[in-house]
Amino acid sequence: MSTTQGAGRATTRGKGRVGPLAAHPGTTTRLDVDALIDDPATGIIVCCGSGGVGKTTTSAALALRAAERGRKVVVLTIDPARRLAQSMGIEALDNTPRPVAGIDPAAGGSLDAMMLDMKSTFDEVVLSQASPEKAKQILENPFYIVLSTSFAGTQEYMAMEKLGQIHADAQERGTYDLIVVDTPPSRSALDFLDAPERLSSFLDGRFIRLMLAPAKGPARLMTAGLGLVTGALTKVLGAQVLTDLQTFVAAIDTVFGGFRVRAQKTYALLQDPSTAFVVVAAPEPDALREAAYFVERLEGDRMPLAGLVVNRAGPQPRGKLSAEEASAAVQRLEAAGDAPADGPGDPTLTAGLLRLHADRMTTLAREAQLRARFEAGHPGVPTAVVPALARDGHGLGGLRRVGELLADG
Amino acid sequence: MSSDWPRVRLHVVTGKGGTGKTTVAASLALALASHGKNVLVCEVEGRQGLARMFDVDPLPYAETRIATGLRGPDGKPPGTVHALHIDPESALLEYLAMYYRLGRAGKALDRFGVVEFATTIAPGVRDVLLTGKVFEAVQRNSRNKGAIEYDAVVLDAPPTGRIVQFLNVSDELAGLAKVGPIKSQADTMMTLFRSPRTAVHLVTVLEEMPVQETADGIAELRAAGLPVGGVVVNLVRPRALPDETLALAGAGKLDKEAVRADLERVGVSTTKALVDGLAAEARDHAERRALEESQRALVQQMGVPTYELERLAGGIDMGALYDLAATMRDQGLG
Ligand SMILES: Nc1ncnc2c1ncn2[C@@H]1O[C@H](COP(=O)(O)OP(=O)(O)OP(=O)(O)O)[C@@H](O)[C@H]1O
Ligand SMILES: [Mg+2]
Repeated sequence: MSTTQGAGRATTRGKGRVGPLAAHPGTTTRLDVDALIDDPATGIIVCCGSGGVGKTTTSAALALRAAERGRKVVVLTIDPARRLAQSMGIEALDNTPRPVAGIDPAAGGSLDAMMLDMKSTFDEVVLSQASPEKAKQILENPFYIVLSTSFAGTQEYMAMEKLGQIHADAQERGTYDLIVVDTPPSRSALDFLDAPERLSSFLDGRFIRLMLAPAKGPARLMTAGLGLVTGALTKVLGAQVLTDLQTFVAAIDTVFGGFRVRAQKTYALLQDPSTAFVVVAAPEPDALREAAYFVERLEGDRMPLAGLVVNRAGPQPRGKLSAEEASAAVQRLEAAGDAPADGPGDPTLTAGLLRLHADRMTTLAREAQLRARFEAGHPGVPTAVVPALARDGHGLGGLRRVGELLADG
Repeated sequence: MSSDWPRVRLHVVTGKGGTGKTTVAASLALALASHGKNVLVCEVEGRQGLARMFDVDPLPYAETRIATGLRGPDGKPPGTVHALHIDPESALLEYLAMYYRLGRAGKALDRFGVVEFATTIAPGVRDVLLTGKVFEAVQRNSRNKGAIEYDAVVLDAPPTGRIVQFLNVSDELAGLAKVGPIKSQADTMMTLFRSPRTAVHLVTVLEEMPVQETADGIAELRAAGLPVGGVVVNLVRPRALPDETLALAGAGKLDKEAVRADLERVGVSTTKALVDGLAAEARDHAERRALEESQRALVQQMGVPTYELERLAGGIDMGALYDLAATMRDQGLG
């Protein structure tokens, strides 16, 4: 990546080496991706960030690079794009990691991949905790179906559950020495950390406890208030609903105790020094704001932050002409009119090139400003900047290219 | 140009995440609010994206005047744009108050955590509450006294992957309530959503995944009997170079000497690096444009009206929203 402007202002902060200024405004430390994935002490890498910023691609690219540099890697992806799933051979949803074909094993590494199936993960937990008869009852309950398919937070909870399972398995059998985890495409990056707690406290909620109470100590709690409540519910939704609800609530009580304990364990695992969080953002205001919240949160929860990846950044400029200079030149060209008859010249071509250049410089300036704002609030966060590929980077070749860009970042 | 959607009262804006749904919904509202028309723009995902877009404080559960519509070329005074942030808890309490006069019981519901329960896990209830409020805003009746009557409502909707489920409220509720008032209300709502007074617009960018998702989304909407509106192609690269030049640029065959001469002529001192750099940028641009072109061809085969919005290098602010609104009106979307 070439650097063009203001190189004189570069100073370092923190360790790591400083990247080219065009990519790193201000005083950013470069995120050394290869050092991170090569370090045998790195056991888990969690890629987080708000939706649509390229977390899945980043996780897959990191995992592939680590594997081709000799690690025994498993990557847990969530909602991968169809093409990405195809190239990793994980279109079949069987909820277990499968070897990825086509990786270079020369360095002694390996790569397995899987895509999270939230519902099966949930169903498996139910099946493992309840008698077959009871499990069947739960799995068919309409409230359970919502809980396991579209409850806000279930996907995050299940990602944690699966991470816990894979980690326990890897510890036991030595299958992997690096787990790379993608996180669900939530609107807020914080959801990944908050959802399990939200789900737990929901299942512990007042209403659930209230619904459980009559089953345990009959009528004692059938206060006037609850009467009103059930009356209203029956009126709006019909009587069947209450029956379904009570079945569901009773079932929850038996199944989910163990759940919470495991979620807490996984949470503790995330605080372990062998875990590294990589926060992914696009150079857009919303994405960087979410990234900033997340960085603060990791600090607050004493979770280890490796750094920030700014993905799909504008392509680097190649000439030393500012946006203003280029636009001014376009105006002069237009005022001057046709090319002189006695020499070369093609004003529409040249004006077009200058416009393209001005556009590119404007985009970069906006992105640089956004990153500078992030940097001012969160100094010293190591950062890698990955320019947008012209082509979608979904095949293994594309992922390798993204991995290189990450490492050069 | 006149609107392609004169009969539509409810414009639903969906699309793959991050392609510009909120941007398009906001500027469409501005475009529709010319000629003295009053427009409401709603959001339902609890993100306060509209407040951010219009640079105002977080929106409450109340219709808030947020902007003046785009001024028409005819100079007629524009209308107003109101915005509403719909959250399911408030919508449930309002619904209960409006239809059941559940004053005390409503409060009790909240106290016992039923509101939270109903709006998070009761199958379909969350969506029926959100869409129910949108429906109410489109089809105002006497129960909501003193409320503004809007000429059009724009919904910044959930993404393509969820849109059919979101609008298909009666099916969604089927797992819960097979009969009863809420079921029949859902059926009434479906009548509006399936009618020509609704249009579901899909926002996309010219990349493989979003275009594929758009095609899938259109097929699903059609299968569910929901009216497909237009495809809004967002973040289109500026066409700075004419087609012939683009081909030369892509092949690395630009006449660099001509470029150098032009630059010198207007007082830009050139180096080989500068001219080579511009040519390399043009080549890069040509490659991206070629990919866009192949995706554009796919979009055009979808058989729905398409609209194109340029990628604004400076990002989105109020001025940019009005610019996009003007483009939409010129193209007949708004
Ligand atoms: N035409 C445009 N030119 C420049 N920037 C744009 C344009 N359209 C959208 N953007 C920018 O792209 C980003 C995403 O846009 P927006 O928030 O509208 O997407 P969205 O589809 O609503 O996203 P989400 O799925 O997260 O709700 C924003 O930063 C916005 O400012
Ligand atoms: Mg949005």
